[in-house]
Amino acid sequence: MDAHVAQLQMQYRNYILSLYQQGFLDDQFTELKSLQDDGSPDFVAEVLSLFFDDCVKLVGNMARALDQTGTVDFSQVGANVHQLKGSSSSVGAKRVKGLCINFKELCEAKNYEGCVRCLQQVDIEYKTLKAKLQDMFNLEKQIVQAGGIVPQVDIN
Amino acid sequence: MARDGGVSCLRSSEMMRVGIGGMESPPLDLDEVHVLAVDDSLVDRIVIERLLRITSCKVTAVDSGWRALEFLGLDNEKASAELDRLKVDLIITDYCMPGMTGYELLKKIKESSSFRQVPVVIMSSENVLTRIDRCLEEGAEDFLLKPVKLADVKRLRSYLTGDVKLSNANKRKLPEDSVPVNTSFPPPPSPFPISPDSSDSSLPLTISPESSDSSPPLSPLEISSSPLSSPIDDEDDDVLTSSPAPEESPARRQKMRSPLD
Repeated sequence: MDAHVAQLQMQYRNYILSLYQQGFLDDQFTELKSLQDDGSPDFVAEVLSLFFDDCVKLVGNMARALDQTGTVDFSQVGANVHQLKGSSSSVGAKRVKGLCINFKELCEAKNYEGCVRCLQQVDIEYKTLKAKLQDMFNLEKQIVQAGGIVPQVDIN
Repeated sequence: MARDGGVSCLRSSEMMRVGIGGMESPPLDLDEVHVLAVDDSLVDRIVIERLLRITSCKVTAVDSGWRALEFLGLDNEKASAELDRLKVDLIITDYCMPGMTGYELLKKIKESSSFRQVPVVIMSSENVLTRIDRCLEEGAEDFLLKPVKLADVKRLRSYLTGDVKLSNANKRKLPEDSVPVNTSFPPPPSPFPISPDSSDSSLPLTISPESSDSSPPLSPLEISSSPLSSPIDDEDDDVLTSSPAPEESPARRQKMRSPLD
C-alpha cells in the first residue's frame, strides 16, 4: 500500500472526525454521504454547492430586510431564516442550523440588534463550513489522484 | 488501529454496498413507481429526489403546489380522460411553502376525483402535533419529519408497493364510488392482496394517547421511526369500507373517510 495514500487517508479520516466533533456536521451529513455511490459520485458536493448558493441568497435577503431604515419586517427576515434552517438541516450543517434556531427566536421577539448580530454569525458560520468542506473535498481529490480510495469514515 | 487498515482497504464495490445502506431489494412492481415530489427548497428537492431514485422510484420534482396541480392537470378543467394516462403513485409534499401550503395541496388532491386515491405524504421540519393531526384528518397517508432519511423513504416505498397492486382494484371500484354511501359494500370477492390479519390495528403513525390533548410534542423519533411503520396494507381499508376499523386515532379516522368522499 502506498504510504502516501495511507497518510492522506489518515489525514482525511481525522479531518472528517474533527468536523463532527467540533459540531460542524451532524448525522444528516452522514446520511447524504450514504446516498453517494459510483453512479452518483458527486452527489454530496452538488448538494452542498446548492446549499451554499442558498446561504448567499438567503443571507442577502435577510441583510436587506434588516437594513430598512424604517420598520424592519421581521416576518420577512423570519421567513428567510426558516428556509435557511430547513436547508442547513437537510445537509447536516449543524452549526448553521443551530444559529438559525436562535435567529428565529430573535425574529419572533423582534430583537433588532440580536438579529443583526445573529446574521453576522450565520454569515461567518456558513463561510467557515464552506472552507472546511472545500478542504475535505480537496483531500478526497488528492487521495483519488494518488491512486487511493476515499475511506468511509465511521463517526461513532 | 486495525480499523484504519480496514478502512483504507475498502474497495469501491464494498463502499457502494455500505454507502447505499443495504438497498438490496429489487423493485417489486412491474411498472415503475412514479412519485411527485413538491418542495420549494431546491436543496430538499435534490435530496428527496435522490432518496426516491435510490429506492427505484421515478421522480417528478416541482417547486410549488401550483406547479404540482399543473402537472396533475388539476389547475383547470381538463377532461379526466387525459389524466388516466398520467400515473402518479405517490405525492410527497413539504408542508411550509409560500403560496400554497402542503396542506392546501393535500386538500385539493383529495377533492379531485382523479387523484384522491393517490397517497399523499407530508414533510415538515416542525413537529407540531396539531399540524400532523390536521393533515392526517384531511387524508394524508403519512407525515415525515425533516430532514428526511432513506429509512423514511424506504418505509413509504414498502407500503406503496401494496398500493400499486391495488390500483387496478381501485379502478374497478370507481363506479361504486359514485354511489351514495348509505349502503355498505359487500366485501369484494376478488383476490385483493389483503389478509384478514393484516393489521387493522397497526398505524403508519403513532399518536400516543396521552399526547393528543396536552402536548409535549412527540419527539421526532416517534414520528419518523414509529414502531408501527411496518409495511401495512393501509389501502386495504380504503377498499373494504364496509368494515370500518375501530377509531383509534386520527390516522384511522382518515382511512375510513377517504374513498367515500
